[in-house]
Amino acid sequence: MGTRTIIPFGPQHPVLPEPIHIDLVVEDEKVVEAVPSIGFIHRGLERLVEKKDYIEYVYVAERICGICSFIHGQTYCQGVEEIMKIEVPTRAKYLRTIWGELSRIHSHLLWLGLMADAFGFESLFMHSWRVREQVLDLIEATTGGRVIFGSCKVGGTRRDIPAEQMSWLLAQLETVEKEMQLIVDVFMNDNSVKHRLCGVGVISKEDAISLGAVGPTLRGSGVADDMRLLKYAAFGNLDFQPISKTDGDSYSRCAVRCAELFQSVDLIRQAAAKMPEGEIAVKVTGNPDGEFFSRVEQPRGEVVYYIKGNGTKNLTRFRARTPTFANVPPLVKMLAGCELADVPVLVLTIDPCISCTER
Amino acid sequence: MAFFQMKKMILAWTFRTPVTTKYPFEPRKICPGSRGRLDIKISDCIFCTLCAKRCPTQALNVDRTNKKWHIDRLRCISCNCCVEVCPKKCLHLTGDHGIPTVTKDWETF
Ligand code: SF4
Ligand code: SF4
Repeated sequence: MGTRTIIPFGPQHPVLPEPIHIDLVVEDEKVVEAVPSIGFIHRGLERLVEKKDYIEYVYVAERICGICSFIHGQTYCQGVEEIMKIEVPTRAKYLRTIWGELSRIHSHLLWLGLMADAFGFESLFMHSWRVREQVLDLIEATTGGRVIFGSCKVGGTRRDIPAEQMSWLLAQLETVEKEMQLIVDVFMNDNSVKHRLCGVGVISKEDAISLGAVGPTLRGSGVADDMRLLKYAAFGNLDFQPISKTDGDSYSRCAVRCAELFQSVDLIRQAAAKMPEGEIAVKVTGNPDGEFFSRVEQPRGEVVYYIKGNGTKNLTRFRARTPTFANVPPLVKMLAGCELADVPVLVLTIDPCISCTER
Repeated sequence: MAFFQMKKMILAWTFRTPVTTKYPFEPRKICPGSRGRLDIKISDCIFCTLCAKRCPTQALNVDRTNKKWHIDRLRCISCNCCVEVCPKKCLHLTGDHGIPTVTKDWETF
């Protein structure tokens, strides 16, 4: 048995854009134990519900995370609408679905780029982000924002996608899909990528369930669970089956995300074909009185919002459980026993978003 | 075993021009419908204060008595709320993002 040393990793680290700190207990080059600590960028957004009224708070909810911004706004709106018994127009539901899937594509492309960067494949990183830029352009053209979409509101959406813009969007998506295919081919087949991902950070199906993994981390371990099965927004009318892989290693998690890219493109096509004409928002009157757990699938996994109102314009309690928070225990399990050089790759495979974890 | 999966992409991109632009020298292509800087046509404004009431970040301040309209550019999040409520339709968001600033000043119209 070698001597044990503790190596601090983060909160500032070249491969990790996120402020998480992990104490790695290493023996020679093997990690024996990992002790995570978070809390470097708490912003107190949950308490802001006492200052902002429930309609204004959508803007704050969207700013919880810079990558899944739209889905945060959507989760919040769906929760409030459920409490206030607001029936959202069908067209708004389809629009939410389309924007949600666009943000999933851009988030997964971002992750693929970061992953390539983590194992030192710089040109692959550049190409992933080049394609992501095209998706961001689509988002900017349809919502007006690149990062913060600002197009969701309580009662519907704030913008519509007219028919001609929709056909332009679908045509653009076709090009994006072809470009994504080239990138995904590299991720899935190249030997140097496989060498870094296959068999690294295995988490079994049982562990994934008992440790509460969500999203691609859970689906990479063979559990086909996805909040989109709850049929929120327009998912009830679309043909959707969650993607899962059985190996539970970093390669499976990568494969799940790669497959979800194309699944999202397909869902956007389906939604565009089925989207009815009509209103995009209803007028909202009154204040929320009651409580609700809103659950939506983000690119990183399931997000849970607890929203409670007492009939005034300010909510009394708001709580967000983001997917990264649920994925930290599986990460700690993965890190124990891995090689020190694999730590950055493993931390990235859960697609950490610490800033939204701490809100 | 598949090595050099990138070769097709690398070869193709060897003969293409870069997708990045020489930004400060070449202006950014503005996408129609993008939400950027708030602009006001002050001659149409009736100083009804609706925009200031609805602004989620309190970036606007409308002085009814002196007929002045103030904005704190650094607070504005380009959310489009004021544009939607303005009864005279004298506000709109331009596609560009304005120039950087070093002081937190209120701009007056
Ligand atoms: S809402 Fe329009 S008209 Fe009223 S104060 Fe604002 S800019 Fe002027
Ligand atoms: S765009 Fe939004 S944040 Fe900016 S001034 Fe108008 S209401 Fe306020």
